[in-house]
Amino acid sequence: MTTLPNRELLDVPTEENLPPPTPGEFADEATVIRSQWQLFWRRFLRHRMAVISSLVLVLLVFVCFSASWLAPFPKDHQNLTIGATGPSMKHWFGTDDLGRDQLTEIMFAGQISLKIGLAVAVISTLIGTVLGALAGYFSRWTDQLLMRATDLFLVVPAIAILAIAIKKFGNSASTIILILAALGWMYIARVVRSQILSVKEKEYVEAARASGASSARIIVRHLLPNTIGPILVNATLAIAAAIITESTLSFLGFGVQPPTTSWGRMLADAEGYVGTAKAHLLYFPGLALLITVLCVNFIGDGLRDAFDPQSVR
Amino acid sequence: MPSYVARRLAYSIPVLLIASFLLFAFVRATFDPTARLRASRDPHAIQRERARLGLDKPIVVQYKDWLVKFTHGDWGQSSRTHDRVAPMVRGALWNTIQLIFWGILVSAVVAIAIGIYSAVRQYSLGDYAFTSLSFIGLAMPPFWFGLIAIQFLAAGPRNWFHLTNPPFFFVGLHSVDASGVVDYARHLVLPVLTLTVQIIASWSRYERASMLDAMSGDYVRAARAKGLSSWGVIFKHAFRNALIPLVTVMALDIGLLFGGLVITEQIFSIPGMGKLFIDSLIQGDANVLVVWTVVTAAFVIGFNLLADVAYGALDPRIRYA
Repeated sequence: MTTLPNRELLDVPTEENLPPPTPGEFADEATVIRSQWQLFWRRFLRHRMAVISSLVLVLLVFVCFSASWLAPFPKDHQNLTIGATGPSMKHWFGTDDLGRDQLTEIMFAGQISLKIGLAVAVISTLIGTVLGALAGYFSRWTDQLLMRATDLFLVVPAIAILAIAIKKFGNSASTIILILAALGWMYIARVVRSQILSVKEKEYVEAARASGASSARIIVRHLLPNTIGPILVNATLAIAAAIITESTLSFLGFGVQPPTTSWGRMLADAEGYVGTAKAHLLYFPGLALLITVLCVNFIGDGLRDAFDPQSVR
Repeated sequence: MPSYVARRLAYSIPVLLIASFLLFAFVRATFDPTARLRASRDPHAIQRERARLGLDKPIVVQYKDWLVKFTHGDWGQSSRTHDRVAPMVRGALWNTIQLIFWGILVSAVVAIAIGIYSAVRQYSLGDYAFTSLSFIGLAMPPFWFGLIAIQFLAAGPRNWFHLTNPPFFFVGLHSVDASGVVDYARHLVLPVLTLTVQIIASWSRYERASMLDAMSGDYVRAARAKGLSSWGVIFKHAFRNALIPLVTVMALDIGLLFGGLVITEQIFSIPGMGKLFIDSLIQGDANVLVVWTVVTAAFVIGFNLLADVAYGALDPRIRYA
């Protein structure tokens, strides 16, 4: 052993310098068994912005949906004598022409914006996942249909089709949700399709097929669980996209109509006040939109990193 | 290459035909060109008008008639103003093309500059600043950005400093009483900014990633080892290769740009295709809407084709088999 003095300098454990294992220690350190989900959570929690964003978003959703209890004023409470005033201690976000408290308005409008964003994301993800999985697995006419349908939508601006559809089918919140979902599933379908195309060539799928599993079982039990990452990430991003699309449509005059109000609707009402003393009406609904979308995007980023440990940010 | 372009065009034509038919049917089902006759005393007025416009025929026949006229240059009449549609669209198209030209130019130059800077000075203060800005740019609703830009760059400064004119104009593309390059530029800044903010944010992220990827290539290391100057390597070797994936993304995003036009032209009252669309939609002008969608679709297809050709020119490895 005297011929190898350098080993200790290199800090390579030898039999001599390795401390004897104490009973129990080995089991504690080397073989902590973590499930997929625990690993996922550890990685997600390491993404600082995603964690902060989740907290902010939960707070925002909570504040908006408990507006009936939390809001400083009742909904649509007018005070015509004060009219439009800037932010103050009494009205944090100021008031509009009718003297309505803007903080209250933003909380109630947020309910519609968030509801539309969430509902559209859930519905379009469901449709997109089912059709994308069918197209990817069977790759027959469903595949052709999906690809051609997306080709068509790449050709005409989505906002144009959405606006015409709303003109045709009406502009209540639930109709808008259905229209946005009906025209918004294609992107996620393409993502699911491409994932399924690669996963279905894996050995375990072959093994499942060899042991007599039906197509339905292979898709539901083997393929979809292995594409859950991209599906969840894109569902998250779909929330952001839907919220922005709804606000844009509202801004152009094709969204929800009064007395229903959303953040986009509030901005449409405030458009004329650019450059006037009432410009504060522009700031807060837009900030609410910005913060919501920013948070959702960060959460999507965090999910992506957590599901795909190989990805480098 | 010419045969590739020909084949792409041949593929585009059925897509365009199907798209235009679906849109034609959809718009026809949504808007009734005879709506203004409903109040008419003559009970047969609507029927006569329907027969005159050919609305009593099956939709496929209607479409065929329309298509024949369209390809012969007869784009029909606006169902509201009775103006010819062709000159309306042509006028709008010219304004829109200006916006698109400057929009693509500005977003490509700015995004590439930011992307290269962020990749070369990765994890520097500037890189972090641009990264944060791009996150905000992506999350910002474009129409709100436009309004805020007017507030802080145009209307606001005018009020604060009591100017007769704002530093940047926010209505139309030309002043009524002035002309010249400076006037034009002062009108263009805010619309182009609004149109491109999201695109710059996304393209610069993309360029950063592909630049980082290219700079880790062996050929870049080899060029460095031979003693080439740092910027020479970046531009002659890495940049050229980093451009290729960006061009693909650019092609796909052109459609996005057309969507953005609807918002931009509405905010800045620019009489282009976007504004024409909104005005026609609010007025239920079916004839204009049908032509609008077909012309827009043709433009997007054309731009995609152009990007594909550019892609081939940039990357000699691509074979048009």
